[in-house]
Amino acid sequence: MSDGKLVFAVPSKGRLMEQTTEILAARGLTLRKTGQARGYRAAFDELPDVEVALISASEIAALLKSGAVHFGVTGEDLVRETMADADNRVTLVAPLGFGHADVVVAVPDFWVDVRTMSDLDAIAGPFRAHHGRRLRVATKYVNLTRRFFASHGVTDYLVVESLGATEGTPASGAADLIVDITSTGETLRANGLRILDDGVILRSQANLVRSKVAASDAVTTALADKIASRFTRAI
Amino acid sequence: MTAETTRAFEALQAQAQRLMSVFTQAGFEAVAPAVIQPAGVFLDCVGEALRARTYVFTDPDGTELCLRPDLTVPTCRLHLERSPDGGVPARYCYNGNAFRYQAAGTTRAHPREFRQAGIESFGDTDAAAAEAETLAVMVEALDAAGLDRRQLTMKFGDLELVAALLDALDLPPRWRQRLKDRFWQPDAFRAELKRLASDPGAQAQALPLSLRAALSASPADAEGVLEAHLANAGIEAFGARTLGEVARNAVATLEDVSARPLEPRIAELIESYVALRTPSSHAVAQVAKLAARARLDLTEPLAKFDTRLTRFKDRGLDLEAATFSGNFGRQLEYYTGFVFEVAAPGLPPTSPVAGGGRYDRLMRLAGCPRDVPAVGAAIHTERLLSVIEGRH
Repeated sequence: MSDGKLVFAVPSKGRLMEQTTEILAARGLTLRKTGQARGYRAAFDELPDVEVALISASEIAALLKSGAVHFGVTGEDLVRETMADADNRVTLVAPLGFGHADVVVAVPDFWVDVRTMSDLDAIAGPFRAHHGRRLRVATKYVNLTRRFFASHGVTDYLVVESLGATEGTPASGAADLIVDITSTGETLRANGLRILDDGVILRSQANLVRSKVAASDAVTTALADKIASRFTRAI
Repeated sequence: MTAETTRAFEALQAQAQRLMSVFTQAGFEAVAPAVIQPAGVFLDCVGEALRARTYVFTDPDGTELCLRPDLTVPTCRLHLERSPDGGVPARYCYNGNAFRYQAAGTTRAHPREFRQAGIESFGDTDAAAAEAETLAVMVEALDAAGLDRRQLTMKFGDLELVAALLDALDLPPRWRQRLKDRFWQPDAFRAELKRLASDPGAQAQALPLSLRAALSASPADAEGVLEAHLANAGIEAFGARTLGEVARNAVATLEDVSARPLEPRIAELIESYVALRTPSSHAVAQVAKLAARARLDLTEPLAKFDTRLTRFKDRGLDLEAATFSGNFGRQLEYYTGFVFEVAAPGLPPTSPVAGGGRYDRLMRLAGCPRDVPAVGAAIHTERLLSVIEGRH
């Protein structure tokens, strides 16, 4: 991404891109693709000095973290998972009202004796004694899981990294419980899983996120402040 | 640190030679366990806390591996390879790098790459003698490296004493186990004590009311009752945890509802033990006093502790420089008995120059068919050098 320019990252495809385009338009920023139809560059009609980069949704948080982009539209779940020290590296400028998903701890529904994190802690020791291994927690949110479990004093478990179909891992035997995102809870229920009463780690949605570590000068800072103010004031 | 200077490298090498020569002269065989280790073994042995600090990666074949975060587990695996049933006693020493992610950022006292020089002894038959030897050899090595033994201060703990204390208390076995499982996490331990003293039956509220009634009516057939309840609700059972385990736990939580809460004096006793800080020579008397007040019999574990101190004195160790802490030993889950830490002047208390202890269950966790008595310790060699060179 070019030197001296303010870079704004937008999800490159699908529903997320459509919703981002709509919200940008509502805030007076018209997104227009430049180059070929499948190109990954774009621009705002109203702010020609801003470079808009179309980037895979899963990568935006990492670019904000490293400071490769100044702004990005991405889920708070990915921000918190990618950065242990998120508040030092980025500002969540404004929630955007779409991309809602809760990151939750879910256990097999037939564990009638486990309703809370404290109940889970209570079975972790006996489980290990009985099976000779720790409870396995499948997730793609390794860092969020560790922080949340630690904050509830639960340590007798192992994280199993799962990059897809996490909700199926308890039934397949690859894990005993999961930490995953859900919007309606339907997929969890279909897999015989139940969210713990105090098992909501994060209620996430898409946010406009501003990097605190991206290279900037007086000009880009003023421009960035202008963009941020479009999202923080009421329409 | 991106690189170390030739001078620093050579100074560490020269120091390592002095340390290793003390170890080998004391009869420890020099070994070089592998730097890259299977991740699974570490994760099972040390738990999630150290896992979060371990560099884990996947090789092109898809195998999950890690850079060793310490040398004790790799030495256990090396010993297991030589003695698959753990039956052959052995004493090893090593000097090698270890790797730990430092969440708060790397500093001189907490680097992400560092070298440990240490000793591990497997299959001892006289626990106190093996512990005394470990501590004595550590002090000898530090002294040989240039850190005057008279400058050292030590901290002792005893996880066996904690276990004995909990065993001696009049508690339902399930409560005892929960307290033992939680000893590693001071906050969770305190919360559990509080819960048992105020509302031990709280967990039963997890159970649906109809199931509570049915289980209370026929606790002997808990599994059958649970099965009927689940069939009725259209809930399927799957995975490693069995219906029997769920049913047994459900019944146990119901028993807690009618159980008498933990007596305040017992909770206070445990808290007093954990808070105990005393010169090591007074530890036995202090713990005995606590036990007597609660009318508990800790004669045997205290006699063991006393024997250990006698062995330490026999080896010429200065017990006046050692403090006993009832709280100490809660950092690494694999220790099972005596634990110690050696501090040097100028280093903050969170940066001991050496530490170790007894870990009788680690060999089994590493894959041995039985427990093997084992004790070991390691020196943080960069810290040692910084103390000696007076730059920290």
